[in-house]
Amino acid sequence: MSTHTLSVLVENKPGVLAHVAGLFSRRAFNIASLAVGPTHDERVSRITIVVDGATTPVEQVKKQLDKLVRVLKVVELADDAAIERELALIKVRADPALRGQLLEVAGVFSANVVDMSPTTLVLEAVASPAKLDSLLAMLDTYGTCELVRTGRIALARGAGVITDQLVTAVPNTTASLEAETAA
Amino acid sequence: MAELTGAQALVRSLEEQGVEVVFGLPGGTILPTYDPLLSSRVRHVLVRHEQGAGHAAEGYAWATGKPGVCMATSGPGATNLVTALSDAYMDSVPMVAITGQVGRPLIGSDAFQEADITGITLPITKHNELVTDPERIPAAIAEAFHIATTGRPGPVLVDVPKDVQQASAPWRTGDWPPPMHLPGYQVPGPPSQAAIRAAAQLLLEARRPVLYVGGGVVKSDSHADLLRLAELAQAPVTTTLMARGAFPDTHQLALGMPGMHGTYPAVSALQEADLIVALGARFDDRVTGKLADFAPRAKIVHADIDPAEIGKNRRADVAIVGDLRLTLVGLADAVAQAISVGAAPETSDWRAVLDGWKRRFPLRYTQHGDGPLKPQYVTERLSALTGGNAIIVAGVGQHQMHASQHYTFTRPRSWINSGGAGTMGFAVPAAMGAQVGRPGELVVAIDGDGCFQMTAQELATCAIEKIPIKVLIFNNGFLGMVRQWQELFYDERYSSVELGTAIPDYVKLAEAYGCVGLRCDRADEVDAVLDKALARSDVPVVVDFRTHDREGVFPMVAAGHPNDDILLGPEFSADEQAAASRREMELG
Repeated sequence: MSTHTLSVLVENKPGVLAHVAGLFSRRAFNIASLAVGPTHDERVSRITIVVDGATTPVEQVKKQLDKLVRVLKVVELADDAAIERELALIKVRADPALRGQLLEVAGVFSANVVDMSPTTLVLEAVASPAKLDSLLAMLDTYGTCELVRTGRIALARGAGVITDQLVTAVPNTTASLEAETAA
Repeated sequence: MAELTGAQALVRSLEEQGVEVVFGLPGGTILPTYDPLLSSRVRHVLVRHEQGAGHAAEGYAWATGKPGVCMATSGPGATNLVTALSDAYMDSVPMVAITGQVGRPLIGSDAFQEADITGITLPITKHNELVTDPERIPAAIAEAFHIATTGRPGPVLVDVPKDVQQASAPWRTGDWPPPMHLPGYQVPGPPSQAAIRAAAQLLLEARRPVLYVGGGVVKSDSHADLLRLAELAQAPVTTTLMARGAFPDTHQLALGMPGMHGTYPAVSALQEADLIVALGARFDDRVTGKLADFAPRAKIVHADIDPAEIGKNRRADVAIVGDLRLTLVGLADAVAQAISVGAAPETSDWRAVLDGWKRRFPLRYTQHGDGPLKPQYVTERLSALTGGNAIIVAGVGQHQMHASQHYTFTRPRSWINSGGAGTMGFAVPAAMGAQVGRPGELVVAIDGDGCFQMTAQELATCAIEKIPIKVLIFNNGFLGMVRQWQELFYDERYSSVELGTAIPDYVKLAEAYGCVGLRCDRADEVDAVLDKALARSDVPVVVDFRTHDREGVFPMVAAGHPNDDILLGPEFSADEQAAASRREMELG
């Protein structure tokens, strides 16, 4: 699967996530993964969307997202120029005899044990999607009971900032907001 | 700073925005706004069904270029606007819908007449907003009009809870519009001069160019610039269903409409073109036929205000994003400049081929003097008697295609219909809106009997509000276009398409609604009946034309087929069809 990672800055307003998600379903674009959360500017949320380039026209996705009024900016992050992470919580079968092996596997992948019962372990792993897939494949051999995995989040490497071109678009000081209300 | 209620602020905002007319129907949650509306200078036209309000707003916008406004209450009032919003979204019609919503404390509680209308209309509006702060009303209204009318136009819905209308809202005296906060909304800037130069060069190099003109030319009011460009470049012009009237049908360079029911010269010119210049058009499936086989040898210049249209269906060799009027001015200037230093368009052979096609493969039908009445004949007589100067409004189906094909359009905004959405029932309320927007002009709805019955209730509105539209029903007793498909593709098994011509009695129905009702079923009476109908400027008129129930719409490219498979129809011989299929290119 040739995935494309899009970082989408949106106004932090009701209904925006529904609008973005609705666009994907309406235009039959497939979402491989989606994560949304606040940014350091409370008026702006950041949505990270992963789409499969084989089934979805990525250029169209970007252009259609750009047309949504509450979408501030759409940036495609190149694979080799971005840090990509997912978080997973995995409840895995852990008979006492195999527990040691499991802990070894967890260690290799820098996964933490966050809960333990006589027959199970819960691991917490933060990793790149590929590394996480490897861990999950390993754990499957022991018996995965339950898995929850976040959508992918991503950030470009280097000094560039996604809001660089956004200075005129988003008034980023409270002063400019006040000036607006006073007008 | 004056203290108003939210409702007063809303109505005041509409006044400041320059709104002349609102089409609507009140109900529980929009009641607070209807109170100040009573004493406003904004005219309110009380419709009989909210869908009528929506289409009337669209018709007004099509006819005037100004945004249409409709208003409804929450729940079913709002959901009745949905079809019109969807229609306006598909056809990029500037429109603002204002709906009441249940009070803020009740939202989400399944309250009486509650519907999540912003959720419902997300995919069919350019933008929408639930206004939860009374102080935001002026900005929300100003933003709605700004978004609806700029860039690629479209419908915007503003949903206002009842208690927000009732709350106090400070009104800042001062300039209109108030400050808008739309950081994510960008209207494309002027088109790239480099792209325009590249396009102009392609146009001058082309031997078989076609200007593929869409609704964007009408919306950007750039018909005069189009005419200049076409004449300078000596490039033939085809006008889509959305663009009829953007280029005069009487012009030597006019090819008529392309697409599924386009003229043979238009459809085949696109197939044979070496260059297509798409101007505010979107390579819709009804135009391209099977996309992979559309215009196989053509380079594409694609000019549009919406960057997402570029490359959506067909790859563009040169893309020009921006205001189409600026693009056309730039293109015409660039072509004129090149000509002034010695370049010359070389399209005379091409135009000779197309003239030959126009002569050999025209739109053809036969009206026998005493035979069944043909819808094409009625349309052509209407065209002749009105000198092509009426504003024609159509619904969707055979009558729409016959109207588009056989009326001779000579000016923009004289053709109004439901293009992308294909909304049956569009014509009567849209004609009403068009007539309100252009009160001095002759507005004629050409409608099918199936379409007419979907929204005929607005005749009451027209009669009472003295909106003297003319409605010509092409009554063939069938859902005619569906019937045609069943005839051609379902072995003549006619499943649920027969409506019958006699029920309702359209003359009596018209009279019951306070309109004049006329009937005509003979060719030799068409002129007299039309004269009588067109003479009445005081009252709406409905004419029941009993048209031939077996008449099809041709030419036709079956859905999903390549445009090369164009069928000329039963009026042409097998030899003629064969010649057309070979696209014989005799010169002169």
